[in-house]
Amino acid sequence: MGFAGYRRADGRVGVRNHVVVLSSVSCANGVVDAIGRAVPDVVTITHTEGCGRGPDDVTTAIRTLVGTASHPNVAGALVVGLGCEVIGAAMVAERARAGGRRVEFLGIQDTGGTPRTVEAGVRIVRDLLDEAAAVEREEVGFQHLTMAVECGGSDAMSGLTANPTLGLVADWLVGQGGTVIMSEVTEFIGAEDAAGQRCTTDEVRERLLGLLAGQRQRVKDSLGPFAHLVIAPGNAEGGLSSIEEKSLGSFAKGGHTPIRQVVDYAEAPVEHGLVVMDTPGSDVFSMTGKFAGGAQLLVFTTGRGSPAGSPLGPVVKVSTTTDLFERMPDDIDFDAGPVLAGRPMAEVADDLRELVIEVAEGRTTCAERNRTDLFAIHSAGPPF
Amino acid sequence: MGKMRLHDAGTNVVVIDPADNVATALVDLAAGTPLRWADGEGVTTVEPIPSGHKVALRDISAGDPVRKYGQVIGVASARVGLGSLVHTHNLTGQEV
Repeated sequence: MGFAGYRRADGRVGVRNHVVVLSSVSCANGVVDAIGRAVPDVVTITHTEGCGRGPDDVTTAIRTLVGTASHPNVAGALVVGLGCEVIGAAMVAERARAGGRRVEFLGIQDTGGTPRTVEAGVRIVRDLLDEAAAVEREEVGFQHLTMAVECGGSDAMSGLTANPTLGLVADWLVGQGGTVIMSEVTEFIGAEDAAGQRCTTDEVRERLLGLLAGQRQRVKDSLGPFAHLVIAPGNAEGGLSSIEEKSLGSFAKGGHTPIRQVVDYAEAPVEHGLVVMDTPGSDVFSMTGKFAGGAQLLVFTTGRGSPAGSPLGPVVKVSTTTDLFERMPDDIDFDAGPVLAGRPMAEVADDLRELVIEVAEGRTTCAERNRTDLFAIHSAGPPF
Repeated sequence: MGKMRLHDAGTNVVVIDPADNVATALVDLAAGTPLRWADGEGVTTVEPIPSGHKVALRDISAGDPVRKYGQVIGVASARVGLGSLVHTHNLTGQEV
């Protein structure tokens, strides 16, 4: 039992076959956008990173960009840089080529400025698109699938319907030898005991609890005497009584299997099974990190209604209530609301699993059709 | 939140884990409502329980853990009788 995906030279499997144009630094964004306007079939990825960052943030940015350009959903990529920057396009392209895909680069200064770089880029991507068209899907096992899980715009029902239902799908995928990446570690505050108990080794546990202790301190430092507001008035009105309850409701989306590894932002896991990535709770940064770490698709639960998608892969949007599903029908792919009407959660999870497999095999999601692509690279410090 | 239609079996609460000592209401429940969930029944509410809020499935002594998702979500700050509302007035969670 498996799914039909694009097998790449490095053995990884994509659920999409994108040609990506990516800026190595923000100065190249204009050229990247222009190439995208000229050739609408490519996926353009721009961001605000570049010079003026501390060394740790530069490392994170490089890792994220290389993970993006070498992603299994990418058939071929063009990296555009300026020429004088630290995060050079040539360097990113060379590292990304280790993934076995064709990754070209262009420097705006060397090529002679914007219009000439756009023209050269258009020629390159048309060639990449022709090559991509020749690639076909083949049947592979689910051990090749990495599903990222996310929650955003949560409401009181997130922890009752959508998140535990997604957790059952996560359990299924892990049982098939696949991988699930959860992140948003700010939302583990209160769930430390539950999370710590699930770690497979002392090393994993220490790393995770260390991360969470840091998060807890940051909340205390920034909120001070108002730290209890991490559980907001709206949460209490909706029935949430403690930070533990709120976090466990979020944590439920990862399912019940052991936590096998803790990885840095945009770091690719080496373990299969459930993995925790260090990302903030903010959706745009969190999704970017998980995709760059190799997740081919992402399932996103929402109570209030988030339209967020990613340029790198499909985002499956799951509503916590039928009311939301009916209110935003062109942004939500799946309704977990029937759990509130008493439908057994295992049945709802079976339906969600079927949809995830269909999406892996090519069925488009609302966010893909709407092109609501978000991409932002996490940084720990302010720019210089 | 819109109208919710209950399943034919009349399920009106969800119990997420067998170790839980609270259920969560799927709809507003009046006092005196028998609870029904996927794996059980046999508890009646002694007071109104709003949708999304918790109701005790057994008597919980003051200082005892309240469990949901199979985990401790706080301790009872007063004795909680079977069928009572469990919320910030009788449950204390950890400080941040």
